[in-house]
Amino acid sequence: MTRLPPPSSVKLGLVIDLDTCVGCHACVVSCKGWNTENYGVPLADTDPYGADPQGVFLNRVHSYEITPRNGGAAQTVHFPKSCLHCEDAPCVTVCPTGASYKRAEDGIVLVNESSCIGCGLCAWACPYGAREMDPVEGVMKKCTLCVDRIYNENLPPEDREPACVRTCPAGARHFGDLGDSTSKISRLVEDRGGVALMPEQNTKPVNRYLPPRPRDSTTQIDILAPFLDPVIDTPDGLLGWLDRALTKITP
Amino acid sequence: MHPSPSVIVFTVLSGLGFGLLIWLGVGFPQVTGWSAFGMFALAYLLAVGGLAASTFHLGNPQRALLAFTQWQTSWLSREAIASVLTLVLMAVFGFALVFFGTRLYGLGFLGSFCALLTVLTTSMIYTQLKTVPRWHQPGTPILFVALALAGGALLTGVTVAALWFLLVAGGVQIMVWTIGDSLYRESKTSLATATGLDGSGDIRQMSPPHTGSNYLLTEMVYVVGRKHAQLLRIASIITMSGLPVLLLLIGGSGGFAWGLAVVSHVAGVGMSRWLFFAEAEHVARHYYDQR
Repeated sequence: MTRLPPPSSVKLGLVIDLDTCVGCHACVVSCKGWNTENYGVPLADTDPYGADPQGVFLNRVHSYEITPRNGGAAQTVHFPKSCLHCEDAPCVTVCPTGASYKRAEDGIVLVNESSCIGCGLCAWACPYGAREMDPVEGVMKKCTLCVDRIYNENLPPEDREPACVRTCPAGARHFGDLGDSTSKISRLVEDRGGVALMPEQNTKPVNRYLPPRPRDSTTQIDILAPFLDPVIDTPDGLLGWLDRALTKITP
Repeated sequence: MHPSPSVIVFTVLSGLGFGLLIWLGVGFPQVTGWSAFGMFALAYLLAVGGLAASTFHLGNPQRALLAFTQWQTSWLSREAIASVLTLVLMAVFGFALVFFGTRLYGLGFLGSFCALLTVLTTSMIYTQLKTVPRWHQPGTPILFVALALAGGALLTGVTVAALWFLLVAGGVQIMVWTIGDSLYRESKTSLATATGLDGSGDIRQMSPPHTGSNYLLTEMVYVVGRKHAQLLRIASIITMSGLPVLLLLIGGSGGFAWGLAVVSHVAGVGMSRWLFFAEAEHVARHYYDQR
């Protein structure tokens, strides 16, 4: 049913640390791998070795450069983006078939692929560009928060978290219950001033992003520079003679 | 947004078809017998043809029946139900009119109302999207309804109604473009709000997440054609509204001039609908630093 359930007390989601992310795209690759081999239709690639390769990904890493307005060095921010599992998910309510739904128990937004007609309206309704249509199967694909990992008792406990979180070599991705204010990731959001994306769209996303910490600034870039011998810029040889001669003529 | 030909054909043709049904249901013109048959056949050809075209952009059209289930929240589902309801009601109304010469007034009014509702639900599919500021305005449903009424009136051959609604539709179209432009300019969403990196400095894209294209870029970050938007707007308003009005004033309905007016109007609405999609900017484009 595409009617949104009342807000759940458990709100599973991701917290992404923009200060730590190194932009290695490991989360992108592990996400593609897990979601191609497991739940749902595989994430298709079209023309993979040809002139116009394209593919479906549920997670993408953008890279931005921020130039501080008060001067100082520009900063690179790598920005992984996937479904934010919004509380007021506009992608769910627009679905004509009931394929899109939000789970009442933990707030995960999912697509029931066997009732998706592939109209694409949910992708239009999502402000974040988090949904992509599978070109081969004609159904909508999106982040499942690895619902087939996090509750999977066949996996060892340390693997029961989303593939992107499990694989991140920098520890920039965190998974947990953002509905519980005492949970580890809720406290992380609290401590670091985690933000919601596009608050003006009123989608109430669950996922949070931790802004990059301000960089140190200093007026003197190299403390040893003043102690170095100055470069001798008076020329010698023929040029030196010419320089001295010309200086005598035009003092 | 990507101006998908199947969606443009669908919205233009079904708009005309349902617009025609609106007029036929309330008895403008008072046709019976074979002339009624011709009118109803044309209306059904347009409406059903449009609906059929709409299934071409679906990934899995064989599951289309499921689209009738989510009317409580989804405008697309409401459109599906309203359109089928209209077609069933008007089929009974038309059958009685053509073969028995009986005008079932109540049924006709109800059918007209449902046809109007269908056009309204079609427009709401786009109007509801907060993610496309240009569409998210009351002008969008007004334009769709005005165009359906104008096109329907033109096809029925009720010249006076056609003249007025063509002028109204043209006016509404200009208003919608003007409001749309300002909504786009005043949209609060930017790369800064999209990334949550407000206030820390000026942000620009350093490298995109993928070297090739993808679904998001072809579907929602469509920028081709904006360059000629102003010229197309002028061409659209002239062929959609101006030229048909002139032709109707010269030749009235039923003749060659009227035929030309119909062709011109349909071409104009097609152009306007192409612009409706091609000019619409989705907020997700900010992630790709498309301003």
